[in-house]
Amino acid sequence: MEKMMLLGDEALAQGALDAGISGFYGYPGTPSTEIIEYVQRSKQAIEDNIHRTWSSNEKTAMETALGMSYTGRRTMVTMKHVGLNVAADPFMNSAMTGSHGGLLIAVADDPSMHSSQNEQDSRFFGHFAMIPILEPSNQQECYDMAFYGFEISEKFHTPVMIRLTTRLSHSRSGVQRRSRISQNELSKPEDIFQFMLLPAVARKKYKNLIKMQKDFMADSANSPFNSFTMDAKDYSKGIIATGLAYNYLREAFGKDPIPYPVLKICQYPAPMDEIRQLYDKCDELYILEEGMPVLEEKLIGAGFAGTKPIHGRLDGSLERDGELNPNKVAAALGMPVKYGKDIPEIVTGRPPALCVGCPHADSFIALNKAVEEYGRGHVFSDIGCYTLGFMPPYNAINSCVDMGASITMAKGAADSGLFPAIAVIGDSTFAHSGMTGLLDCIYDKSNVVIVILDNSTTGMTGGQDYTAFGKLEEICLGLGVEKEHIRSFFPFVKNHEEMTQVYKEEIAYEGVSVIIPRRECVQTMKRRNKKGSK
Amino acid sequence: MKKDIILAGVGGQGILTIATILGHAALKRGWQLKQAEVHGMSQRGGDVQSHLRLSDEEIHSDLITMGDADMILSVEPMESLRYLPYLHEEGWIITNSNPFKNIPNYPNEEDLYKAIKGIKNHLLFDADAIAKEIKANRSMNIVVLGAAIKQLGFSEEEISESIKAIFASKGETIVEANLRALVAGIKLSK
Repeated sequence: MEKMMLLGDEALAQGALDAGISGFYGYPGTPSTEIIEYVQRSKQAIEDNIHRTWSSNEKTAMETALGMSYTGRRTMVTMKHVGLNVAADPFMNSAMTGSHGGLLIAVADDPSMHSSQNEQDSRFFGHFAMIPILEPSNQQECYDMAFYGFEISEKFHTPVMIRLTTRLSHSRSGVQRRSRISQNELSKPEDIFQFMLLPAVARKKYKNLIKMQKDFMADSANSPFNSFTMDAKDYSKGIIATGLAYNYLREAFGKDPIPYPVLKICQYPAPMDEIRQLYDKCDELYILEEGMPVLEEKLIGAGFAGTKPIHGRLDGSLERDGELNPNKVAAALGMPVKYGKDIPEIVTGRPPALCVGCPHADSFIALNKAVEEYGRGHVFSDIGCYTLGFMPPYNAINSCVDMGASITMAKGAADSGLFPAIAVIGDSTFAHSGMTGLLDCIYDKSNVVIVILDNSTTGMTGGQDYTAFGKLEEICLGLGVEKEHIRSFFPFVKNHEEMTQVYKEEIAYEGVSVIIPRRECVQTMKRRNKKGSK
Repeated sequence: MKKDIILAGVGGQGILTIATILGHAALKRGWQLKQAEVHGMSQRGGDVQSHLRLSDEEIHSDLITMGDADMILSVEPMESLRYLPYLHEEGWIITNSNPFKNIPNYPNEEDLYKAIKGIKNHLLFDADAIAKEIKANRSMNIVVLGAAIKQLGFSEEEISESIKAIFASKGETIVEANLRALVAGIKLSK
């Protein structure tokens, strides 16, 4: 079979399709979005009627996937790292129930925060839940790990995390496919207690999960994705390279063989016996990890570093934050570091900005006018393209914390006496995590103005559809917002005066107001027009 | 044989199309490739880059090592300079001279050109103007690609084949415009 040129995300998706998956669930989030986007375009997925529509958020996605696993079928849930915070409850408890059909939780981390508000490392969550973690180091491994992940998930009846990072998710390379496995037949779990976490049952299940840890580690020690090169020329250093860091290590040495013993770790829990052997043989240990010092802390906690030094992100051999690259790895190992020329001083930053013609720009310009008399500091916002409204020339918003926090933070500030307290949230973000916060406002009759910027898409991640499309007014009415305080307008240059007036009127109303500026995203509109003209 | 190329520009200027064409041609040769792209927030009118690595041997890293790039291929002059730490001494900087000004503090163009001309191996030309001249307005990126293929060791035939394959679904007119742009670009190369 000819190789396919796939992004890491796409390779994982294709791997899962070939490994007999029945359904994907997820919410868009950079850098994980392309997994499900790929499946939505895939002829194979369409022909086989594989579930591939977006969920409202990562929590609903995780629970739905767990439900599919309950029926004995293979499934995958996809999200970005901060999405796992949203899905944390079902995620943690899925480790307790275990899986019936193979269950893969694909989480894409974003070290260096290219498109994120933090750089948390999902391996912590994986360890927290005490489940096996697979961390591919290249696109081929992304593909192969879908097969392998389902295999160990079904062998141990456990969910398995696949941890990706930006560079792999969004880098393309050749992938060799394997012969396809058919889907599982529908079957109910054999053990009627399996998905029942009543305390008395849960206690037993937790003991079982603890007992399985040594099986998970034994599996890691024999994993085709971990490799142990103990024979070496030089034992002054021992190197542990996890995931992508392994590639940077190989790159740093180029065509030269690596003189030191190396453990490549792409499956966790990390095999401690092999690490112990390496530690005993070498003068000092280097730990290269893409992300936080998860393994490094674990080893220090396990009593390593007592007599010999451990180098990594904690002792400053590698920067504590940010993604790795070949230069950083070379520098950490004391190798000569290459560098071209400095960037000339005249080169200025070019931060991302709202597109020309973006409806959010009009919404912000009119909102700025409406709140001018109160000074800055009254507008809470959220996660999406409109977060760029923080940047000049708009300087329109004052917060961005997590999905949905605009509404609830505005409520808290209003409870405390801030007036006006305004929330600005996108339509898809509202569907994801805004509705419950709005219900809190209704319950308390909070004095807030909630602006739902409706561009009819999930914009920042590239224009995916979302579950509340076309239903925003009905949802707000249903939650209890008074009909006359649900206002809508067409955000456009000519309408600024009218828009400012609407904002002012609703600020003046003491209670919950919802304003919905509605105009399609210019990017999705362009794409639609292109398609239409073909 | 290995070619490490930094593709540079502003979100939406078409650098990924260049990567796709070069990647297609490299695969035809049976080469390996890795191509790191920028997706998500940074795409919105911000600076974007793609690390394109082509080799007849195994490629490890998705990212190019600083000081190792054989070429910075850019569709925008200021963006061509942003990646100088990646370029090795004998490397080429091949760039469109037409600025994309979406920021208030865009530097003086002449200063940018001076800095580009300070690089030993460089090609600086107005790819937008050339594309317009040959009535291929939207193929500026292919003009830039054309100017680079000689230094990258690809023949006109190889790249033409890839352009035909990649743009086939968009119709004859678009394929022809891109082939004209390729030829116009090749004429610029040294």
